[in-house]
Amino acid sequence: MRFTIIFLVALRALRRNTMRSILTALGIIIGIGAVITIVSMGNGAKARVEAQVAALGQNIITVYPGSFSSGGMRGGFGSSVTLTVEDADAIAAEVADIDGVSPEVRDRNQVLANGLNWSTNIYGESPDYPYIKNWNIVQGAMFSEQDVKSLAKVAVIGKTVADQLFPTEDPVGQTLRIRNLPFRIVGVLDVKGFSLFGSDQDDIVIIPYTSHMKRVSRRTNISSILVQGSSPDKLDVVKQRIEDLLTQRRKGREPDFTVRTQEEIAATATETSRTMTLLLGGIAVVSLIVGGIGVMNIMLVSVTERTREIGIRLAIGAHDRDVLLQFLIEAILLTLLGGILGILCGVGASEFASYYFGLPTLISPMSVLLAVAVSTVIGIFFGFYPARKAAQLDPIDALRYE
Amino acid sequence: MAPVVQIKDIHKIYESGEVPVHAVRGVSLDIHKGEFVALMGASGSGKSTLMNLLGCLDRPTKGTYKLDGIDVSQLEKNELADIRNQKLGFVFQGFNLLARTTALENVELPMLYGRQRKASAREIRERAMHCLDIVGLSNRADHMPNQLSGGQQQRVAIARGLVNEPQVLLADEPTGNLDSRTSIEVMGVFQQLNEQGISIVMVTHELDIAHYCKRNLILRDGVVVRDEAVQNRSIAAVELGKLRAAEAAAKLTAAPAA
Repeated sequence: MRFTIIFLVALRALRRNTMRSILTALGIIIGIGAVITIVSMGNGAKARVEAQVAALGQNIITVYPGSFSSGGMRGGFGSSVTLTVEDADAIAAEVADIDGVSPEVRDRNQVLANGLNWSTNIYGESPDYPYIKNWNIVQGAMFSEQDVKSLAKVAVIGKTVADQLFPTEDPVGQTLRIRNLPFRIVGVLDVKGFSLFGSDQDDIVIIPYTSHMKRVSRRTNISSILVQGSSPDKLDVVKQRIEDLLTQRRKGREPDFTVRTQEEIAATATETSRTMTLLLGGIAVVSLIVGGIGVMNIMLVSVTERTREIGIRLAIGAHDRDVLLQFLIEAILLTLLGGILGILCGVGASEFASYYFGLPTLISPMSVLLAVAVSTVIGIFFGFYPARKAAQLDPIDALRYE
Repeated sequence: MAPVVQIKDIHKIYESGEVPVHAVRGVSLDIHKGEFVALMGASGSGKSTLMNLLGCLDRPTKGTYKLDGIDVSQLEKNELADIRNQKLGFVFQGFNLLARTTALENVELPMLYGRQRKASAREIRERAMHCLDIVGLSNRADHMPNQLSGGQQQRVAIARGLVNEPQVLLADEPTGNLDSRTSIEVMGVFQQLNEQGISIVMVTHELDIAHYCKRNLILRDGVVVRDEAVQNRSIAAVELGKLRAAEAAAKLTAAPAA
């Protein structure tokens, strides 16, 4: 009852000064709005990174060649040529808890078909590749183990290549020429979009790795080995087993390979977006504090300006607690109102950003709840001092105040 | 019947400065129900201090003060606030209405801080409306103070003072900011309320205004030097009639010249 009435009194007091109330709340509106916008953009970016990481395939372990060194000169990472198909076969045969292995040979070459030509990535892979990469084939099918054994001239192409070479017709069954050799197209991959690092993942032609090594690139070594682990919690164990196996196969020579799990790659990307969110969030929090001080400032001015009003209230029977509560409620209402308007502004700004600039945003209910809580706490924190000042006024002095 | 206000030898000494100021030096006073007292004195005579003591805004340094049988001289700050709310009504020189708040909401204010009664919003509104009606302003209930004349504002303040049915209505120079005609009107309202049995104590320094009251107290240097019943009391209705007649006469005398 009493609280309801003081609440009503505070509401009336705010309504008497609508314009000033709104301007006071503006600091909080901007602060909360900024926090919501930045957190939602950060979340959106994180979600996009996670989606891209998931699109890479899950539980993937990649074996890269180590650095090549000769006569004291050391080549860079991946410069060694010692990773072989036999290494891949050994992993497939001897390491437990794996679901698929694909020796990978990469090349870039001009391809011709249908009177058109296109420079694209030519990947030599095993039939496990779409499974490892979590990548569906939308038309046709993947080539088989038999195609690998027979060095078959078959290819599965990405969406970009399909669009460039076969703008109008169905590519499956058509012929594609790589280094003047005819390859029959047996399948088209689903759209995967851009990678974490900005390259077009659909700009790809996949052929059996044996065909790649013998017919296209004429190489004896492979670029890397993709291994699909069977479950995420065994990934580290599998990684260790692969390292042990390859070390053993090197028979005491210096290890010339690197084994990496996907989490290690993903972690870097996630870390970057997290740092950005933290940085921008920090700026937003500063603006929120400035907004809170603005509220305190106006409340202090208000207490001085309304000294007579406080005097009247005390004279006709308000307890000091009633006055304290009134001013505290006024401050909380201001910041809460600011918080709610700020949430609306923040949601609006996030929608705007995602609509016009294509920035991914994701408004989390948690950040909205937090914003409301924070604005209330700011109200209590910055409203308490002015409210106490008002409550401690002496009615006789307050009534005489000019 | 016991007096509403019973003051026995109260003193007020201010210790804030270097020299203690003895503002009230032993005043004893009984005010009975239905009295209409004017408290007069030059500035520095202690009348404002006495008024603050009577209004429970301040506590006496020495002596006892019984209001409606309750000894209020030693109460705590918030207990005094409750006494002010329930037993006293205030009317100030500067009206002291809340700005940008309607007359009705201003009158409701003391009821909002009331502790005993648990009135509903509708009852509060009706009671406030009734009090505005008593002072003849029910048609101005939704006006803001700045839309009302000085006399009307003071009547709203009187309605606010009445709303909790106080034992005593305290008025501090209620006509100080008003012209002579409006002053008479406001005194008329006080006289009317007094007729209905409400006890009124007012501070004034105008002798003619004091003449509307039933009893005059003169203070000098913190003591009551004179306490007498008013002879040939002015009646607001009569005085207002005289004023009207005089104005009409002025117009009449002015008319042929025009």
